[in-house]
Amino acid sequence: MKVRIPTPLRSYTAGASEVDADGVTLAALLDDLDRRFPGLRFRVVDEQGRLRQHMRIFVNRAMEHGLDDPLTPTDEVVLMQALSGG
Amino acid sequence: MPFDSSASTSLLVGTRKGLFVLSCDERDGPWATSEPHHLGHVMQHVVADAREDGVVLAATRTGHLGPTVLRSSDLGATWTEASTPPAFRTGDRLERAVDAVFWLTPGHVDEPGVWYAGATPQGLFRSADHGDSWSSVDGWNDHALWETWAEYPYEGTPDGAMLHSINVDPRDRNHLYIALSSGGVFESVDGGADWRPLNQGVFAEFLPDPDAEFGHDPHCVRIHPAMPDRLYQQNHCGMYRLDRPGERWTRIGDNMPPEIGDIGFPVELHPRDPDTAWVFPMDGTDVWPRTSPDGRPAAYVTRDAGESWQRQDTGLPERGWLTVKRQAMTTDDADPVGVYFGTTGGEVWASADEGESWRCLARHLPEIFSVETVAPRHDPR
Repeated sequence: MKVRIPTPLRSYTAGASEVDADGVTLAALLDDLDRRFPGLRFRVVDEQGRLRQHMRIFVNRAMEHGLDDPLTPTDEVVLMQALSGG
Repeated sequence: MPFDSSASTSLLVGTRKGLFVLSCDERDGPWATSEPHHLGHVMQHVVADAREDGVVLAATRTGHLGPTVLRSSDLGATWTEASTPPAFRTGDRLERAVDAVFWLTPGHVDEPGVWYAGATPQGLFRSADHGDSWSSVDGWNDHALWETWAEYPYEGTPDGAMLHSINVDPRDRNHLYIALSSGGVFESVDGGADWRPLNQGVFAEFLPDPDAEFGHDPHCVRIHPAMPDRLYQQNHCGMYRLDRPGERWTRIGDNMPPEIGDIGFPVELHPRDPDTAWVFPMDGTDVWPRTSPDGRPAAYVTRDAGESWQRQDTGLPERGWLTVKRQAMTTDDADPVGVYFGTTGGEVWASADEGESWRCLARHLPEIFSVETVAPRHDPR
C-alpha cells in the first residue's frame, strides 16, 4: 500500500514523499517500513510500541490511536508530524 | 560542511537547533563558525572521542522524532545513525521508553569503541561498537532500587529527569560514577552491575531529611583525570569536592563570596592540576532566575581545591543575564588551559589564559546546550 512520509522522515526514504510498504496492521506496516528504511520506525514509535508524542498516523483520513488495528491493501496511510512547539 | 580537522582547536557547539563547529589556528586568533550541521535537530550533547581521531558522537532528537545517536568518523564530513539507538528493553517491567539521550561519555581508554549514554528517563546505556548499537546497562536500569532512586514516573526536573555526568575512573574501567537530576550521585565498582548512593555531606534544601542517602540534585560531577580520587560537584545546593576513599563531600562553595553564592550548572577541571576548577555561578535566590548573579556575569576559579575562589570577568559584559547549562562549559588540553562556555542566548565565550580574560567567539546562535573540544583533552591514564 502507499504510505505518505512527512518531511522529518524523508532523510530515511531518500527524499521520497510516498513509499510502498506492506502490513496487515499498522504495527506490521511500520516493521516493514523499517526493513525498507532502517531506523525510521524508532523515530516514530518507542521501544514499547507506543506512537511518539508528536507523531500521528492517519488511515483513510481518520486518525489512528492503536497500532494493532487491521489494514487492507487499498488503505491510504499517512504518517504526519503533530505540532511540537518551537 | 566538514569540520576543519587541521584547526588547532575546534569546539563542538550543540544547540537546540543543530550543531555548530567553531575552529581556529591559534586560540587568540580568528575563529570561524561553521554552517549548521543537522539544522533543526536538537543537539543535546556532541562529544569527540579522544581515543579515536575523527570520531564524534551526537545525542539528538527533533521536535517530532524520537531520540537517537549520530556518529561521524571523519570529524563531521559524513554521519551515520546508530543502528540500535539507546532504548529500554521492549516489554520493560515499567514500560519505560527513552525520551531523550542527554549525555555521552567515551569509555575507558583500554576499551576502544565503548561509550556510555545517559537518558531521560534516567536510564544508562552502553555501546561496545563505537556507538552503533546500544544496550541497556541492566545493573542500573533494572536495579531493585531504581524506582526508589530515580524520578519516575513523575519527573519534577524541568525538561525531564536526566542521567548525566557519567565518569569512568581512568585507573579502572569498572569503576563508574553517574549522577541523577534529581536523585543524587551513584557509584559502581563492578562495571555497572551494582550501584550505591554517594551523597553524604551534600545539602538538599528540598528534602526533609538533612542526612538523606539519595534524592539530591547534582548538576555536574567531574572526576579529575590526573587525580581520579578527586571529584568535583556543582549541585543545585552548592559546590562540593570529594577525595576518595572518603565518603563525605565537602562544601567548597562556602568559600565563595556570599553575595555570589555557590549555585550553578557546570564545573570544569584543569587537565593537569587537580586543585584548579572553574564554575559559572548563577542566581539561585528568590524564584531561581538561573542567570548571572546581579546581572554581572563571571566565571570563578579555584587554585586550591576550593579553599578560595577568584572572580574572572575581564572581557565579559559588565551587565548580562547569562545562563550556562551543565554541558555548555569545557576546557582544552593546552598550556595555558583554554576555557570555553556557551550561553542559552547563543553566545560562545573563550579564554586562552585560564579565565584571566574572555572574548566572544560567536553570537546569535540558537540556545546552546553543550560545548566540547575536539582535540584530545588529556591522557585518560
